[in-house]
Amino acid sequence: MNAKAIVVTSGKGGVGKTTTTANVGAALARLGERVCVIDTDVGLRNLDVVMGLEGRVVYDLIDVFEGRCKLRQAIIRDKRVDTLHLLAASQTRDKSALSEARMKETVTALLDEEGFDRVLIDSPAGIESGFQTAASAADGAVVVVNPEVSSVRDADRIIGLLEAREINEVRLIINRLRPAMIKRGDMLEVDDVLEILGVKLIGIVPEDEKILVSTNIGSPASLDDNTKIGAGTAFRDIARRIRGEDVAYPSYEPQGGFLAGLRRLFGGA
Amino acid sequence: MFGLFGRRKSKDKLKERLKLVLSYDRAKLSAGNMEELKRELLTVIKKYFPAEDNDYDVKVEQHGDRMVLVANLPVQAP
Repeated sequence: MNAKAIVVTSGKGGVGKTTTTANVGAALARLGERVCVIDTDVGLRNLDVVMGLEGRVVYDLIDVFEGRCKLRQAIIRDKRVDTLHLLAASQTRDKSALSEARMKETVTALLDEEGFDRVLIDSPAGIESGFQTAASAADGAVVVVNPEVSSVRDADRIIGLLEAREINEVRLIINRLRPAMIKRGDMLEVDDVLEILGVKLIGIVPEDEKILVSTNIGSPASLDDNTKIGAGTAFRDIARRIRGEDVAYPSYEPQGGFLAGLRRLFGGA
Repeated sequence: MFGLFGRRKSKDKLKERLKLVLSYDRAKLSAGNMEELKRELLTVIKKYFPAEDNDYDVKVEQHGDRMVLVANLPVQAP
């Protein structure tokens, strides 16, 4: 993607915006980019805990907006990957403290003055001021969608709003895909979602218990190099695609589905 | 389209529902309004042609970037 400031959004809550921001941000940083991830979910901040950086938040985004600290003082550097940084949301304020003008200034300062290569903006759920502020500073967007009815409908709405903001580089991540359900015909396939939403794909992330484990311990799954399949790898692939690499999509085969059951029954592999 | 036990795949049903609801969402129409439009169209058509109340299909479709209102209204010559 050409965009330097990418908003991660979805409309619907709980589809994986924060997990995506943390994992893709960490993977981009691991690839050598200087990355700053920004949590704009004021009042309901979570990017700090998902990344395991909650103990180090002193100043937040609203402190920067309201001049209580310098931008540099609010940037938290990750100790695992030293090119990864977090700008936390305020937990005690509400979304009325956000400002599109301040947001744009802050993102411009990060890119032009603080030397960041990429800024990922984790948007709150919804289509109101929180989302609008997050999108205001972005020149590209990643829409996270789950293959289910309400998430796809909300994603369509968000895509319309991003287009209205003239954010032209919009890409789709299909998150929490369950291959066994697709095989049964009980979950939309990747091509179905792309046909319905009409946006370019940048990632397919399978449902993976490791994501919950990684958030339990506050360490993004994409930093675990030992995994060769699963969500962590999918997030690493997304980071490479954002950087313009042509990364093939692995085929996700169901574990323990009908065919696997048959094979087991007849003693096959 | 039909699965192992003749059950229709639930994802096909979902795809159909999503396409319909998104066409209304994008056109900023409510499904209720479409029903109203259908009824009114029928009233107008009936002034000119003998017609029956069923078999009418009115929907909004996405043709590339454009929204198209498609009405399929079978009529008999008066």
